[in-house]
Amino acid sequence: MSTPAVVALEGLRYRWPGQGGPGLVIDRLQLAPGEHLFVQGESGSGKSTLLALIAGVLLPQAGSVRLLGQDLAALSSARRDQARVDHVGFIFQQFNLLPYLAVIDNVLLPCRFSGRRGARAVARSGSLQAEAARLLARLDLDERLWQRPAAGLSVGQQQRVAAARALIGAPELLVADEPTSALDASRQQGFLALLREEAAASGAALLFVSHDTRLEAGFSASYRLAPMMEGAA
Amino acid sequence: MNALFRIALASAWNRRSALLLMALSIALSAFLLLGVSRVREAAHESFSASVSGTDLIVGARGSGLSLMLYTVFHIGDATQNIDWKSARWLAAHPAVAWALPVSLGDSHRGFPVLATEADYFKRFRYGADMSLRIVEGRAFDEVFDVTLGAEVAKKLGYRLGDRVVLTHGSGLDGGIEHADKPFAVSGILAATGTPVDRTLFISLAGMEAIHLDWQAGAPVAGMSIGAQFVKKFDLTPRNVTGVLVGLRSRAHVFAMQREIAAYREEPLMGVMPGVALDQLWQVAQGGERALLLVSLAVAAVGLAGLVATLLAGLDARRRELAILRSVGAGPRRMVLLLLIEGLGVTAFGILLGWVSLCGVLALAGDALQAGWGIALQPFVPGLAQWWLIAGLLAAGLLASLLPAWRAYRLSLADGLLPRI
Repeated sequence: MSTPAVVALEGLRYRWPGQGGPGLVIDRLQLAPGEHLFVQGESGSGKSTLLALIAGVLLPQAGSVRLLGQDLAALSSARRDQARVDHVGFIFQQFNLLPYLAVIDNVLLPCRFSGRRGARAVARSGSLQAEAARLLARLDLDERLWQRPAAGLSVGQQQRVAAARALIGAPELLVADEPTSALDASRQQGFLALLREEAAASGAALLFVSHDTRLEAGFSASYRLAPMMEGAA
Repeated sequence: MNALFRIALASAWNRRSALLLMALSIALSAFLLLGVSRVREAAHESFSASVSGTDLIVGARGSGLSLMLYTVFHIGDATQNIDWKSARWLAAHPAVAWALPVSLGDSHRGFPVLATEADYFKRFRYGADMSLRIVEGRAFDEVFDVTLGAEVAKKLGYRLGDRVVLTHGSGLDGGIEHADKPFAVSGILAATGTPVDRTLFISLAGMEAIHLDWQAGAPVAGMSIGAQFVKKFDLTPRNVTGVLVGLRSRAHVFAMQREIAAYREEPLMGVMPGVALDQLWQVAQGGERALLLVSLAVAAVGLAGLVATLLAGLDARRRELAILRSVGAGPRRMVLLLLIEGLGVTAFGILLGWVSLCGVLALAGDALQAGWGIALQPFVPGLAQWWLIAGLLAAGLLASLLPAWRAYRLSLADGLLPRI
């Protein structure tokens, strides 16, 4: 029996209420374990919609989204929420750290909601704190910053914390939504390399979404989103 | 749940200034609600405590409530007097353990003067069956002796032997002084927290003596009887305001009441203090309700502030909600987050209100007791207060439902990326 794809989209259709045009249409998109996929799309091509569908926050009007072989539409909303935190780590354009939590607590956030990721983190380093420390050290974040609130970090530092949070507990899928758009070109490449390296080290599949085709090099596969026409992002 | 609670706590701490203001407005509501409830209770307790040992108050037929207020609390207008013979009849009645005739009407610098028998100090009971205690000197003995309540002595700075001139009537309308017959302080009573503290006690003979040369409420023109000559006159009172009666057995109270009502010599009535107090509470109910309504309105304003602040803060918190969604928290948990926060702020506000109230009572309790005669000290909430606290908490929870519902909608609409 073959290992199921980490994410498999089949005949997917999604259109926002009141939206004209075809909406988001993906006939087939698969991401195998350990694969690094670059999804390119211009503004308005439905990148965020795609992420929301993969996260199970939205359900397609037609077709299916399978996460590790499980059709998300078949799960209750609570089970989808759980599946999301158990198997997917997100890095957002704005990094989305909770500014009032310490750096290390931001990193540990997924483990607070997922016993599975917590258990994996403990199995890896002996304790949640130790695993968070390991990841932050690997991502080269100064130890003196770990206990400080995330609000005081620079953009580059926030990016590393967001990456550590996505990686903790070794989720099968890493989803990165334009995480380098705030960086200059040289730093973009540096962060991308680090992200691919860390994804490879943890065995996670990487789905990287961006409008910037210059970042495509180095990914094992790519997918181009067609414009959704007028309407949603 | 535990994780969410810790995040809610950290998030609240991050917005502590706004939440503290909210908690303060709820604290004010709790302060007022608990305060009004406690004052009401203390007033009831204080009134009840003032007449704990008296089974019946006997006076001229009329309003029982007025009789009790006048004879025990020295509030209101003088009721019609009863004949001294009636007082003797009561004292001699086999069912009566003790009968204390009381005569009121005069005052001293705003404090009422009560003429009675020296037995008053032995018989009168207040609070939980406590008797009066003289801390300095002795009970009045001579015609012109006066025994002072604790507050009278304290406020006017009187010591034993000091001269005290009584004023005819309440003194409020500039009554004439009985300056020719001053009294001497014979004793000072311990504080009781009852109207006793604000009363000057003299003998019935003393009351009679200062009015020897008076008629129909005014001095008789051209007639003056010196203090040294009063003993030559019969100082037995002709009438008194009322009689406080203790029965040998409380079981006889209704029979005694009927017998008093049927007394042939003059129209009398016997009032049970508890029943009269109930009437008083019924009269006071309107005022108490108005106070409670005002407090409830303040609580409603406080809770409206809670809703407004939570709602206003939500737009700024959309990213927070989205982040929590990305790490697995569902929209229902967002509802829970807001409810925990609303309830937490309400509970903290109530606690703050109660602690402040206790603080104020600790600081001002003595002054309140002296000024109003109501014993108010820091308190552990009783059943009535727990109901108010539960009501406030429930209202806080209800008030948080609207922001929670909005958070739910926002969370559903935004998903992982806030649309702002």
